[in-house]
Amino acid sequence: MVPFDFTYHRPSSIEEAVRLFERLHKQGKTPLYYGGGTEIITLSRLNLAFADAVIDIKHIPECCVLRIEQNELTLGAALSLTSIEEANPFPLLTKTASEVADRTARNQITLGGNVCGQIFYRETVLPLLLADCHVVIAGKDGLKQRSIHEVFQQRMRLEHGEFLVQVKIDLSYVSLPHAHTKRRKQGKVGYPLVTVAAIKKDERLHVAFSGVCPFPFRSKTVEEQLNARHLPIETRISRALQYLPKPILNDTEGSVEYRLFVLMNALSDILIPLEEG
Amino acid sequence: MIKCEILLTVNEESHSIIARQADTLLFVLRNQLGLTGAKPGCLNGDCGACTVLVDKTPIKSCMMLAIEAAEKPITTIEGLCDTPIQRAFIEQFAFQCGYCTPGFLINAYALTKQHPDADDETIQEWLESNICRCTSYQEIEQAVKSVLAKKHEND
Repeated sequence: MVPFDFTYHRPSSIEEAVRLFERLHKQGKTPLYYGGGTEIITLSRLNLAFADAVIDIKHIPECCVLRIEQNELTLGAALSLTSIEEANPFPLLTKTASEVADRTARNQITLGGNVCGQIFYRETVLPLLLADCHVVIAGKDGLKQRSIHEVFQQRMRLEHGEFLVQVKIDLSYVSLPHAHTKRRKQGKVGYPLVTVAAIKKDERLHVAFSGVCPFPFRSKTVEEQLNARHLPIETRISRALQYLPKPILNDTEGSVEYRLFVLMNALSDILIPLEEG
Repeated sequence: MIKCEILLTVNEESHSIIARQADTLLFVLRNQLGLTGAKPGCLNGDCGACTVLVDKTPIKSCMMLAIEAAEKPITTIEGLCDTPIQRAFIEQFAFQCGYCTPGFLINAYALTKQHPDADDETIQEWLESNICRCTSYQEIEQAVKSVLAKKHEND
């Protein structure tokens, strides 16, 4: 039960959505773009999210695209995670998405909602960071395309009134050797203690993390340590752990020490076969 | 309070209701249409007791707005009548208190329709969306498998 009222809007074009946002904002309202809605509905019950207008982007054709064209994979922000899993255009994204929440919830959770969400795990961004993808963003000045590394720093840095329309992935990344592991406190459904995703490109490892810090990240410094191949892998992992961003999460899922212990083993488990493969 | 007319098609019947635009589908099904088969459990998208089909896809109705489901076919547990999965739940003793059963049945019904060749991994992936506190998981899995096996026998 959502404890406050809002108006629901269903634009059929990007321009209409942006204009709506601006109009509602000028009327003194607090509009939110709405994808699957799972986070808005669940957080509103806890008074952690508020909107007095929601703009549903699921009926905008560009947001529902799943297309391979000219060596580029385009994924609309309003695609559900299960629709991406079933089409499987990017196996590492499929693997990562399939470990988010549970199957039925993923019928609603969208790619854009997971990447732009308030809940900080945002695990589907990991393959996007590893693939150096580009994002298409809509705002009052029209559409713009940016590298994900410019726009995603701990979270999506969208300007007021902007929303994520699509992600574009160079096809050369989608079939690269890859690995993924999600370690939970218990069970097979739920938030991660740590999630690690990696690809191997031109003999270099790209590695991204969720659940380690209160934000997902890919770090050049950490990757440099992991790719220092003149050293044994155990030494590289232990050095990489010293360069993790801060703070390391310390919560009911696990203490700092336990997380780092799990992370060390997770890295060892997935990077050794990936490097040797 | 912001209310509007919403047209819902539930179990092949059309309904015109006046509801808040912020009302969840679960709330409207239970309180406006009197369809109390979908159960409020966690109201947080975790337990699956409120699962219904929207456009043949299992959805946790506590996490969907009623207005989002407008003009899409909705199937609740009241819309299933003597289906193979319902009979299998009885034959396999796949419930105890029964509170989670409508959600499990709807999800399992969709699974057997969409994946008649589901392997163990697929069955587990789908059933993990629902929680049973009486822990009838083994029997529920057996019920699903018995329906899939009978489908293959009949093919």
